[in-house]
Amino acid sequence: MILLSGVGKTFRGRDGSNVEALTDITLRVAAGEFVAIVGASGCGKSTLLRLVAGLVPVTLGRVEVGGTLVTEPRADTAMVFQAPTLLPWADVLRNVTFPLRLMGKATRSTEDEARVLLNKAGLSGFETRLPRELSGGMQQRVAICRALLQQPQVLLMDEPFGALDALTREEMSLELLRIWAETGAAVVFVTHSISEAVLLADRVVVMSPRPGRIADIVPVELPRPRGFAQESEPAFHAAAQRIRARIYARGDAHVA
Amino acid sequence: MSRSNLTGPLAVVLVFALWEGCVRGFGIREFLLPAPSVIASEAWSIWPTLLRHTLSTLTTVLLGFAAAVLISLPLAMVIAASPLISAAIYPLLVITQSIPKVALAPILIVALGANELPRVIVTFLVAFFPLVVASVAGLLAAPPELIELGRACRAGRVQQMLRIRLPYAVPFVFGGLKVAAALSVVGAVVAEFVGADAGLGYLIQTSMAFFRTPLAFAAVVVLAMMGMALFVLVGLAERVLFPWSTSSNTAIPAA
Repeated sequence: MILLSGVGKTFRGRDGSNVEALTDITLRVAAGEFVAIVGASGCGKSTLLRLVAGLVPVTLGRVEVGGTLVTEPRADTAMVFQAPTLLPWADVLRNVTFPLRLMGKATRSTEDEARVLLNKAGLSGFETRLPRELSGGMQQRVAICRALLQQPQVLLMDEPFGALDALTREEMSLELLRIWAETGAAVVFVTHSISEAVLLADRVVVMSPRPGRIADIVPVELPRPRGFAQESEPAFHAAAQRIRARIYARGDAHVA
Repeated sequence: MSRSNLTGPLAVVLVFALWEGCVRGFGIREFLLPAPSVIASEAWSIWPTLLRHTLSTLTTVLLGFAAAVLISLPLAMVIAASPLISAAIYPLLVITQSIPKVALAPILIVALGANELPRVIVTFLVAFFPLVVASVAGLLAAPPELIELGRACRAGRVQQMLRIRLPYAVPFVFGGLKVAAALSVVGAVVAEFVGADAGLGYLIQTSMAFFRTPLAFAAVVVLAMMGMALFVLVGLAERVLFPWSTSSNTAIPAA
């Protein structure tokens, strides 16, 4: 579904010097696959996501989605940000339908579909509330519903639970899996949390910084549906250990 | 009514009482500083005249304010849309702000004639700048992620401006509108000082020429009330039209 081959990205810094954010990224994500990306801050995880989204052009290599070259944002790609990024003036329902209305793709059934999604996310009864009346977790649920309503083939999530407290975060991650299972979208999920990555993903891409490149791709051999009980299984630990080792394995291997 | 709601009006009453007491106690002469009671009775005795002048000033204020709104918002959108245009227009705006409007008023009156137009223009010139600055700040305040969301939804620049930046700017715009409303009254009076045959500014000048200080004070009080009423009306309009907006929380740029 997503194909990155030999992708590099160089930004021009404020002082005119070039900063290499990503180099030699090659990655294939199958339709319906859940791929997590972990790595230290500044390793270009978010940039990678924006390249796939078509928000930022590549410097080198090519990005394809569904077999066509990505040169601009696509209608079948949806993005969830770290902040809920809701429109403060629109109620929950209008926030969820906003992308489709913006793209002129809203139909008569759009609103009903939005209600169904909100119901699945435990937000029924909140359709007419304003974002500021909701908790952080509920706002992020609205943002996820907004992305899913576009029925994306590719769902890009940039630390979507990063701003939430630990308990809400765990609750939301399982909810996300439950809703995602029905959509069949390919997910690229950027996170700082190793356990979150292992719990959610089919494969975990470990990135190393300066310049950002893929250090390892770790398959997670855990059956679905996933649950927190699996966190005590050997396969979970094996994957988490391997990721941790890769992240801290720069120069001084004895750290961590 | 809660205690904090009463504190403001009580303080005003207290100041007026103190004023009244001082004027009576020290025997200050009326043409220097009239007591509030004298001002009130003077205003009451000639209220039809006062009303005529008030309506004249109000006309200038509202026309100038409307001009400020109609010109500032599109101007702010153009400035916010393009760094190039912004770089070209901003220095011009600052120049117009650096010119004292009192100095400009007589020139405009000679150029445009002794009618409503130069007064409206002066009012506009005094009021529009903070509105432009606040609106531009608001239009540029939309978080980058919201702009990215728009781009991800393939919104063009016009759509981005109208459907994301403009609604996001509403609280800021209203902050600017409140300042502009108060300044419109200032602008109208400045214009009337220079060239008018009616209006509260004109009334203040003519009454002071005859040492009718209480009448001048009455006009000042009406002007203050007019400014406050406009300020409150703008706030009310915001709460009715945009209940989600809380402009009281956003910074109002210095006028």
